[in-house]
Amino acid sequence: MSLNISIPSPLRSYTGGEDVIEVSGKTVGLALESLVEKFPPLRKQLYTEDGHLRSFLNVYLNEEDIRYLQKAETAVVAGDTISIVPSIAGGGAAKTLRWSSVQR
Amino acid sequence: MLFWTYLASPPSEGRIAQVMVMLVIKKQDYEALRKHGEETYPFECCGALLGRFDSGARVVEQTVRCGNTRTDRPQDRYQIDPKELLSIERHAARQKLEIVGFYHSHPDHPAQWSQTDLAEAHWLMCSYVITSVEKGAASRTNSFVLLGQSEDEKRLETEEISILEVTEVQSLCH
Repeated sequence: MSLNISIPSPLRSYTGGEDVIEVSGKTVGLALESLVEKFPPLRKQLYTEDGHLRSFLNVYLNEEDIRYLQKAETAVVAGDTISIVPSIAGGGAAKTLRWSSVQR
Repeated sequence: MLFWTYLASPPSEGRIAQVMVMLVIKKQDYEALRKHGEETYPFECCGALLGRFDSGARVVEQTVRCGNTRTDRPQDRYQIDPKELLSIERHAARQKLEIVGFYHSHPDHPAQWSQTDLAEAHWLMCSYVITSVEKGAASRTNSFVLLGQSEDEKRLETEEISILEVTEVQSLCH
């Protein structure tokens, strides 16, 4: 069965610039494994050394975050779309900086 | 302007190096993201920059305002709901654009990335624009690009912001 994985812009350099990759697999985890088999350098970007999906990566199956489904074991069907969405967060409180020492 | 010089002729290696760290943005978009920071003061604002990557430079075509989900401490933290990001990615793809960066504000704090900003930055080769908002008025705006090959090597480096007047954009289109 085939389904698509949507690749975010920072990872497209590992997929030859492609934003959507067709993969196979019966679960989200197997589909992601299919992706990294196609593009081996992606493995380091998606997984920690002990094989866990990096914590800052959000993975959606169609409209649902897989954390609220069965995570990597979530079953997929032909035509589904998996989306990888790196988180975006941050903020001020750089307390080591002083107003007088930086350019405003 | 360096960017136009690059477009007008084939790039030499030296020119590529010069434009590698640059954010190109229309004046109206630049002002819009600064105004967003004033509107949400004393809390942080945040949003996405849509456009295209051009030989390493990030060329902004649209800014998209986002909600700050860090309601526990919005004065010095921001986070964009990943589901909102997913919607923005789809919106960008429909217009053949990409997410090329993000912006947020630092209320009463310098327009300089913090350790929190670096730790939470995961969009390699994208721009992170920060506007300092002092007592409700936008002051300095800086942009930093997230460089490196992986999470272990990532770093934020200052990049030039090239602000385009509308007339310059129109002339480019003709």
